[in-house]
Amino acid sequence: MTFERIKEILNTKKVGIAGCGGLGSNCAVALARTGIGTLVIADFDVIVMGNLNRQYYFFNQLGYIKVHALKENIKKINPQVHVISYDKKLTPPEIVHIFGDCDVIVEAFDMAEMKKMIIETVQTEMPDKPLVIGLGMAGYGRNDLIKSRNIGNLYICGDEVSEISEDMPPLAPRVGIVAHMQANQVIEILLDSHE
Amino acid sequence: MKIILNNTDEYFQAESMSISDLLKIKNFTFKMLVIKVNGKLVKNELRDSTFLKDGDNVTVLHLISGG
Repeated sequence: MTFERIKEILNTKKVGIAGCGGLGSNCAVALARTGIGTLVIADFDVIVMGNLNRQYYFFNQLGYIKVHALKENIKKINPQVHVISYDKKLTPPEIVHIFGDCDVIVEAFDMAEMKKMIIETVQTEMPDKPLVIGLGMAGYGRNDLIKSRNIGNLYICGDEVSEISEDMPPLAPRVGIVAHMQANQVIEILLDSHE
Repeated sequence: MKIILNNTDEYFQAESMSISDLLKIKNFTFKMLVIKVNGKLVKNELRDSTFLKDGDNVTVLHLISGG
C-alpha cells in the first residue's frame, strides 16, 4: 500500500490514547506522523524533570499539563491531526464515554492497577473494541525479549516481565520500542479492518 | 481434565475446579492478574464461582507497572 493510500485511510480513523507518559506520548506522535485523523488523548499529570528521559516533551514545557503540551507537539509535527484532549484521571464510565467512538484504544498507563482497570472496562463494556496494551518495558537491552501477541482483540506489546523498580527504571529506548510497537499494531488493525 | 493454560496443555486430577482453585494449584499469587476463559473476561469477584471444564482455554495475564 502506498503512503498516500495509507494516509487516506488513516485520516478517517479515530484512536484513543489513555495516558500520555512514555508510552502514550511517543505512540501519539508516531500515529500523528503516519496521518491518523483524530487522536483522543487523556492524562491528569503535569510534566516534571523525571519525564524527559523518555516522554515526548521538551525542557521548556516543564510544569505544563501533559495533554496540552502533547497537543502542541503533535500540531507542530502534523497540524492536520485533530486532537481532543482530556486533562483528567480516567474512571471506568469516563473511559466508555470518551473512547466509545474510537476505532482502537491504546492503553498507556504506568500503574498496573490502571492497566487492569482499563482492560476490564473495555472488555466488559465495549467487548468488540480493539485494545492495545503496553506490558513490560523497564530497564535496558534484551531486545529479543520484546514481543507482541493478541488474545482476541486484546493486543499485548512488551516483554511481559520487566516491571519498573529502583533498579529497573523506564528508559527512552525500551519504552520507545514498546510505544512504537503499539502504534504499529494500531495501524495494522486499522488498515486490515478497512479492507 | 485438560486445560489450555497460557497456550500450554495442562492436565489436572480434578474433574472440576474453579478459577480460584486453578490459581492456587498453579501458585499464581501475583495480585494484578487479568483472567480470560475462552476469550471472555472473568472478574476477580467471579473467580470462586466460575468453573472450568475439559478443554477450556485459559489466559492468565500478569499486569506489571511501567509506561
